[in-house]
Amino acid sequence: MNLLDIRNLSIELIHDEQNILAVDKVSLSMKEGEVRGLVGESGSGKSLLAQALVGVLDDKWHVHADRFHWRGIDLLRLSIEERKALLSRDIAMIFQEPMACLDPTTAIGEQLTEAIDSGQLSGFFWQRKQQRQAAAIKLLHKVGIKNHRSCLASYPHQLTEALCQRVMIAMALARRPILLIADEPTAAMENTNEGQIFRLLASLNQLKNMSILLISHDLENITYWTNTITVMYSGQFVEAGTTTQIFSKPLHPYTRALVDSSPSANLHLPAKSRLKTLPGSIPLLQHLPIGCRLGPRCPRAQQACVKAPSVTNFHGHKVSCHFPLTPLKSPPKKIIKGAC
Amino acid sequence: MSELLEVKDLSKSYRHKNYWFNKKETMVLAPISFSVEAHQTLAIIGDTGSGKSTLAKLLVGAELASSGCIYLNGQTLENTSYKKRCQHIRMIFQDSGTTLNPSLTILQLLDEPLKLNTPFDEKKRKELIRTTLQKVGLLGDHMNFYPHMFSGGQKQRISLARAIILQPKVIILDEALASLDPSLRSQMINLLLDLQQQMGLAYILISHNLGVIRHFSDNIMVLSQGEVVESGKTRDVMSSPQHKVTQKLLLSQSFQLKPKRK
Repeated sequence: MNLLDIRNLSIELIHDEQNILAVDKVSLSMKEGEVRGLVGESGSGKSLLAQALVGVLDDKWHVHADRFHWRGIDLLRLSIEERKALLSRDIAMIFQEPMACLDPTTAIGEQLTEAIDSGQLSGFFWQRKQQRQAAAIKLLHKVGIKNHRSCLASYPHQLTEALCQRVMIAMALARRPILLIADEPTAAMENTNEGQIFRLLASLNQLKNMSILLISHDLENITYWTNTITVMYSGQFVEAGTTTQIFSKPLHPYTRALVDSSPSANLHLPAKSRLKTLPGSIPLLQHLPIGCRLGPRCPRAQQACVKAPSVTNFHGHKVSCHFPLTPLKSPPKKIIKGAC
Repeated sequence: MSELLEVKDLSKSYRHKNYWFNKKETMVLAPISFSVEAHQTLAIIGDTGSGKSTLAKLLVGAELASSGCIYLNGQTLENTSYKKRCQHIRMIFQDSGTTLNPSLTILQLLDEPLKLNTPFDEKKRKELIRTTLQKVGLLGDHMNFYPHMFSGGQKQRISLARAIILQPKVIILDEALASLDPSLRSQMINLLLDLQQQMGLAYILISHNLGVIRHFSDNIMVLSQGEVVESGKTRDVMSSPQHKVTQKLLLSQSFQLKPKRK
């Protein structure tokens, strides 16, 4: 059974003259214990999708889906309160820009103890406070902060970005979630810290069997840590498959371009030669092209591309393109990577 | 061919003002020497606090060096010769969104360095701005737009236009490629390489993306706590790092682009 199963999720921005379809029919499914990467350039709607998942979008955004199942429960049939209770118990999210997301007027200790829910604590009410404190310290140790006393007493601005990110992860872990959504957890971080954060997430995935949805704009950074990857472009679904499939045999021209454009993936290229890349940049929300939104930039675009392509699935490798790179008849290569 | 930019024993230290009797000094950058030739790229890598941004600031003249001197084409570059410095050494910052003045049009933005540094009249300046914009892959008509009307990649191109408009010799890229999306980043790399060939620019690239550095640079310098721990040809350093710091830096990115196998 899938942990999360979303079919054709659309997110619309309600606007005076014309509604803007920011996310257009994206499907996403996750198995238990899986690390899935969600890749797309800025403005591709990946953060919106994550926010819609946890239900923190405000009234301006209209979310619609054909199917939205969480561990077999149809969330669309539940009332808003029930859905909120369910999701807040099982899903936690690490937001972008930890500095901006922590409350600047409260000490870290208070914010962290607030996140620990009282159901986890046992004992009489006079013991609660101490237990909370102990739990907070334990959480900090878990995310690799050794000096817990000074960290708990300090305010967000007194800590470095990497430490704030760890605190955010600790807060997300406080509820012992089943699914952790990490929205660019390592943006604006030095490489050495980046590795530490990814290793922390990977160990949580292995030890606690926690599923992780890892959102990133850079394909090359997350390939090592993910089992499966979903690629989005400008609010549309592009391609999904296992990491090896996406990386070594991409079917969609956009994924191909992403892999090609990374200099570390193309070590065979001589230094200082030109990199292959797509012309132009991602369209603005006000000027979205019709049909396949990659159309104007795509090297393989033809007349049929003015209609949005449907998703073709072959052997678990889903692609949404009229003219995929490999003909669909040829069987895909044997998948090396099994379930994790 | 002689070196375009040569730096000798450049150092920076801050003095703590509060101590009257035992004056304390913090060394941010130990005396370093290096040189860059035209058509070449020097990459600088290092951890946070290793002094790479300080070095960039010293070169561009935003901070005064405590000791040492900089030679440009064999001539000494004085600490106070701002005019010469602005013309020949230019810098592109990490976040192009915040380094462009939002209340000025692109024409006004690019006009400022020309007004201050060149004797050209208005018509000539406008002509130059138009050709520069075309050089970086924008349209001449974009000069009447305001910065907010551009996307992130285009803003970075405008920063580049502002850097090359005075026909400089050296451009310092301080994490200029870090905040861009992958496809825009490779567009930008292509553009920078083209300009290097056309204009003979020397780049000083500060970055922590080793893939970009490997592709882009000829020489590399590894800084750690203000000191140069390793330097040499990029290919040699990357393939056989000698110092511990370099090895650690390389290791921290070695997982990139390797799907894990089990």
